[in-house]
Amino acid sequence: MSVLVFAETTGGGIAETSLETVAFARGLDAEVDAVVVGELPHGAAGELAEHGVRTVHHATGDAFGAYSGAAWATAVQAAAGQSRVVLAPGTPRGLEVLAHLAARLDVAMAANVVSVVPDDELVVTRQVLGGSVLEEMQLPDTPALLAVAGHAVEAAPAPAPAVGTVRELTPEVAPADLVARVVSVEPVEAVDSSGLTTASVVVGAGRGAGGPDGFGAVSELAELLGGALGVSRVVTSLGWRPHHEQIGQTGSRISPDLYIPCGISGAIQHWAGCASSKTILAINTDPEAPMVTKATYAVIGDMHEIVPAINEELRRRRG
Amino acid sequence: MTDVLVCIKRVPDVGGEVTLTADGQGVDARHVGFTVSEHENCAVELAVQVAAATGGRATVLTLGPAEAVEQLRSALAVGCDDAVLIEVCEPGSYGPADVAREIAAVVADRGDELVLLGNDAADTGDFQVGIRLAHLLGRPVVNGVRTVAVTDGVLVARGDGVDGVETYELPLPAVATVLEGGVEPRYPSLKGRMKAKKAPIDTRAPRSAPAGSGRVRLLLPPAQPSTVDVLGEGPQAAAAVVDLLERMGVAR
Ligand SMILES: Cc1cc2nc3c(=O)[nH]c(=O)nc-3n(C[C@H](O)[C@H](O)[C@H](O)COP(=O)(O)OP(=O)(O)OC[C@H]3O[C@@H](n4cnc5c(N)ncnc54)[C@H](O)[C@@H]3O)c2cc1C
Repeated sequence: MSVLVFAETTGGGIAETSLETVAFARGLDAEVDAVVVGELPHGAAGELAEHGVRTVHHATGDAFGAYSGAAWATAVQAAAGQSRVVLAPGTPRGLEVLAHLAARLDVAMAANVVSVVPDDELVVTRQVLGGSVLEEMQLPDTPALLAVAGHAVEAAPAPAPAVGTVRELTPEVAPADLVARVVSVEPVEAVDSSGLTTASVVVGAGRGAGGPDGFGAVSELAELLGGALGVSRVVTSLGWRPHHEQIGQTGSRISPDLYIPCGISGAIQHWAGCASSKTILAINTDPEAPMVTKATYAVIGDMHEIVPAINEELRRRRG
Repeated sequence: MTDVLVCIKRVPDVGGEVTLTADGQGVDARHVGFTVSEHENCAVELAVQVAAATGGRATVLTLGPAEAVEQLRSALAVGCDDAVLIEVCEPGSYGPADVAREIAAVVADRGDELVLLGNDAADTGDFQVGIRLAHLLGRPVVNGVRTVAVTDGVLVARGDGVDGVETYELPLPAVATVLEGGVEPRYPSLKGRMKAKKAPIDTRAPRSAPAGSGRVRLLLPPAQPSTVDVLGEGPQAAAAVVDLLERMGVAR
């Protein structure tokens, strides 16, 4: 049995979420192949081999220059062959490409998958309702399509690396699949200028900030720690801060070493975006707030007194 | 003139604790209200804007139980002109492919040139109804966009991509799925609410029996006992916090 992973690249190699998906695929006890569409960065095939990928299908051609979900799905379909399962990272493109494949093959697709229930038929466990509930779902079709939730497993090299043969593909793409295609891209600075999703420290602020003027001290703390500022939905809904700073189910998903949520209650939709933080230090007036009870550390009290005191102590010790 | 159909889903409004029904097939919604995803609220706002800008009509659609009229009326109150309910007794038995097929039948019948949906439903999070719908209709689809506008029969849609803000341009008819954050959904006016109360609802029966969602059962993640280490209360805790930051190596 073989399975296929749709792998995304970043400038330097294979995206971390795609390597997680490869690790997840290895758990299926099958030969793991991968497909990369468009440019294959130098060393990326070797990286996949190190993570246990047997064959790297590399799809190229004019059709894959600019991104189109439908066209990319054609490439994945061409590489899929007899694969029992096709996996994608739970990223916007991973989900989009997989959904095109699901529609085209008329097979079921599961999103937000965290594990597989061993059985003769494929049953997966996936997150629903922003991760507060799990669903066991049957995937009776071949191929079974599943998008792996971020951080469901950790990326790790395979115990025994594979050969990682690269196989070049130039699949034919139907003109209709190129109609919805990116025509222009404005550089990334505009989207995540503060580096919220990659910061190793994130300071969060919610309704407890009290108003648009309540973010001075938290911004300063983020700066002192070389981190980024993130906020809750209440904050963006009220227009106190821009939407691109929102953490949660419908905002950014963060996974810093340290997250310091201040005046955030920890609703499940917010938790969905910060659950992969390694350590959480909650600052809240309410000791019973879910964010406090789920945190590693907490300070109970008013963020408008506590955060400035922390900033001052940090500056004092730095002299 | 662009007629826009915007699709929404009635979902339980859970913020904190969730309880499941005894058979494990659904969320116990007896003590919670219902809402729609913020993605869909933004899609409704975009539908109303596109219809107004082009002199077309904005129609809101849902597949759901009779009670989902509540969500349809909310969309009528913020500017949708018409509402369609595909009434089903057990919406949970409709998988994403079933829902796409039912919506496709309505679109084929009505001919709306632009169909907007949320990027993913707030409850099941399937991320696929819009794309399946587009395939059934033979239309192009863009995903996860924050804004859409129509000029001279061309849909211009923008959203965040891996390398920056991506712009798509495609001819109508088309399908687009919307992520929240590009527009501010408006609040209903008193007039809007009055109009919504009386508006007729185009209620339809589903075309075919659902194939199902593949759900075996729902379960709650194991409860994690709180292991929080409270460092202190009030500003006096600052020293303990900075000690921790230094231990973690983030105080630099
Ligand atoms: C479909 C859907 C999607 C959603 N997506 C998201 C999302 O992506 N991200 C998101 O964040 N939310 C999301 N939400 C909203 C979510 O349910 C909560 O409403 C929201 O996260 C609450 O924000 P909050 O914690 O800032 O506010 P609240 O829940 O009001 O909590 C405020 C907290 O601040 C504390 N506090 C008050 N004053 C102070 C003070 N002076 N000092 C210290 N603490 C103080 C309070 O004790 C309380 O715990 C979504 C909801 C739905 C239905």
